[in-house]
Amino acid sequence: MSEHKEPEHQDEHEHHIVSPMVYLTIVVILLIGTGLTVGASYLELGIFNPIVALAIAVIKATLVVLFFMHVKYSTKLTKLTVGAGIFTFITLVSMTLADYISRAWGKW
Amino acid sequence: MSDSPAIVHEADHHEHPAYLRHHFESVEQQADTTNFAMWLFLLTEVMFFGGLFTAYLIYRNWYYQAFVAGSHQLSILWGTLNTGVLISSSFTMAMGVWCAETRRRQGLVLSLVITFVLGLVFLGIKSIEYSEKIEKHHVPGFHYSLQSFLDPDSDEAAKAAGDKPLPLDVARHTEVYFSLYFAMTGMHALHMIIGIAILGYMIFRAQAGAYTTGHVTFVENFGLYWHFVDIIWIFLFPLLYLISRHA
Repeated sequence: MSEHKEPEHQDEHEHHIVSPMVYLTIVVILLIGTGLTVGASYLELGIFNPIVALAIAVIKATLVVLFFMHVKYSTKLTKLTVGAGIFTFITLVSMTLADYISRAWGKW
Repeated sequence: MSDSPAIVHEADHHEHPAYLRHHFESVEQQADTTNFAMWLFLLTEVMFFGGLFTAYLIYRNWYYQAFVAGSHQLSILWGTLNTGVLISSSFTMAMGVWCAETRRRQGLVLSLVITFVLGLVFLGIKSIEYSEKIEKHHVPGFHYSLQSFLDPDSDEAAKAAGDKPLPLDVARHTEVYFSLYFAMTGMHALHMIIGIAILGYMIFRAQAGAYTTGHVTFVENFGLYWHFVDIIWIFLFPLLYLISRHA
């Protein structure tokens, strides 16, 4: 039990300094992702054009949140806050869109 | 943790750093609390931009052809360049946080200055794009012009994208696209302007030696704000510039 508690305690109270190498790796990935999303926009992918673009954007945003914004190394409180925010955001958007899609269902 | 925190507090009183406020137990607790508050603020920002994104999705669905023609008016080159600039500025901001944490005053000032300059470059490119829209009368309002959409051959960007002439009622909806374009990029730019102003303040404070004495909360939380503005652009760029290239 005590072995289990030790890292958790550190996680909550030690200020983790993210190294410049991590930042450098992330910024390179982000720039490559930007290149990929621009390149993909020139391909004819039909319905997958927006899906690919948004998928790349979500990956890039996740990397920014986890590493640039230190959430990977943050307290559980911060992780929960971010998670709750994303959940609420997705819920509100999808319920709004569901309303617009289904409002006139069967009336056309 | 002690059974009698009041006594512990008395005993510790002369040892704690000056920046530890009295209503906090420890520096860690203070840092966690401000971090939590900053994230709560950012969540309100997510909801605010979320409304704009949702409006964009719904209108794009309704006025699809008009949104496709409207997005063909944007320059992918400028958009890509600006994305690169903003991502780089996020990197220099992250380096600033690292410099503050490792108490490097020169490095912190340099990182903040580069972030500041990159922020201005972003706004500069944005203003070039805006002035193109103004010249073509693509700013929603009394002087809005439908020419690029009714007669695409007269417009370089529309011709390059191979646009077909739109019927008048469809073409009129391009104004909705540009309303959302200006609302979204304008609100984003406003956030950039506020960020750049705070950066200017931080550069002066950092030169005087602030933030590099172990109290990095302000730099860290400003970094969160700056990265958040970056994330908004990461979504704006594909939605406004890229996804309608082939439709």
